[in-house]
Parts: sequence; structure tokens; C-alpha cells
Amino acid sequence: MSATEARSLERLKPLLLVAVGGFAGAIARHAVAVALPGGFPWGTLAVNVLGSFALGVLLFEATVTGRLGPETRLVLGTGFLSSFTTYSTFALQTAALSPRWAVANVAANYALGFLAVVAGRIAVRSLAAPEVAG
Amino acid sequence: MNPALLVGLGGVLGALSRFAVGSLVGSLVGGRRRDTLAVNVLGSFALGALTTGLAADATLLTVFGTGFCGAFTTFSSFAVETVELYETGARRAAVVNAATNLVGALLAVGLGGWLATAL
Repeated sequence: MSATEARSLERLKPLLLVAVGGFAGAIARHAVAVALPGGFPWGTLAVNVLGSFALGVLLFEATVTGRLGPETRLVLGTGFLSSFTTYSTFALQTAALSPRWAVANVAANYALGFLAVVAGRIAVRSLAAPEVAG
Repeated sequence: MNPALLVGLGGVLGALSRFAVGSLVGSLVGGRRRDTLAVNVLGSFALGALTTGLAADATLLTVFGTGFCGAFTTFSSFAVETVELYETGARRAAVVNAATNLVGALLAVGLGGWLATAL
């Protein structure tokens, strides 16, 4: 491989990582939506809460121990988790619900999503703590 | 084609577009939160328009609605950024961020649907 080819591959790498993660994340979101019962948008709630927990772990881990490199953050964070979770489907489904259920849907996604981020950080802290202390 | 594969293909385009908007908005005005607000409002507008305009075409709706718009917009980044704001003491900014994403996305869904019907 020539030096020019190696450089252009190096430039393409972030795009490939985001693409691979985005492919898998969207399929996983679809699979969760198909698996959960209809009526109330349980699938979107589930992916948003799970994905927020995982992104909380991933980004906080990067600042605490830094074992996960920038490539892992691109493929898992920017690629997979950001595609796995969704705001547009959440908004569309909220708009389609009756006012009472719409409020419940927003409250559930927001409260559980924010708590999941905090829980993700607590998980990282408690796992990293023995190392830091030792 | 298998619906999961259609969603995945749309997901690739959505994730790459979000990445591109992130770089673009970042270079114009700076800040991750503005990227997230931009993709969430734009993606909600597109989903509102597509759901109305492509209601008869299940395949295109799967690729561009569930796949593209679903992946282009993000809840996890929004949640992390809002919690970060709150934890660093910018509580008012956290509430404003949560509200602007919600109101912006809901208005965009409605506007997209309305435009698709009107055109």
C-alpha cells in the first residue's frame, strides 16, 4: 500500500466505525421494538433508557480510567448507541398519544433516561474505585 | 428485502449524517449540545414529513423513517449532555436544553406532517 492510500484509509476509518455502529444500532432498536408489545411505545422507552445507561458508562469511563480508546467511543457511542436510541421516533409517538399518555411517555423517557445516565456513572465509579483506592 | 436489513441500511446513512452535522455545527458555532438539538429537530421534521408523505410505501418508510431518522436523531447523547449540565451547576441550562429538544421536536413533527399534506 502506498503512503497516499494509507493516509486516505486513515481518514476513512472514523466514517467506517460510525457506519458499522450505526448499522448494528438501528437493527438492534428495530428488534427491541418488534419484540415488545404495541399500544404504548415500550420499545422506544426501552432503547432510550438502556442506551442512555450504556452511553453514561462509556463516556464516564473514558474520563475516569480511559481504558477505552477514541475508536471504541466512535463505534459504540457515536455509531451504535446514538443510532440505537432515538429522539424523532420518541417525538412522533408522543404526538400520536392522547394528552395524558403523551405526558406519561415524556416523563418516563426523561426521568428514566436521566437516571440511567447517573446509574451508568455510579456503576463506573464503583467498578473503578478499588483500583483508584489501591 | 428483510426489514431489519432495510433499517440497518437507513441506520448507516443516519449515523453518518449525524456525524457530518456534528462536524459542521461544531465548526460553525461550537458545542455538542447544539449538534444534538439540530439533529433532533431536523430528524423529527423529516420523520413527520415521511410518515405522512410515504404512508403508502412501507419499504421506503422503513429505510428512511425507522432507519435513517431513528439513527440520525439521538436520545442517549441528549440525556448525557443534559445530566452533565445539571451536574456542573448549570441547572437552568439543563432545563432549557430538555425543554428546547422536546418542544422543538414536537413542533417539527407537526410541521413536517402538515407540509407533507399541504404539498
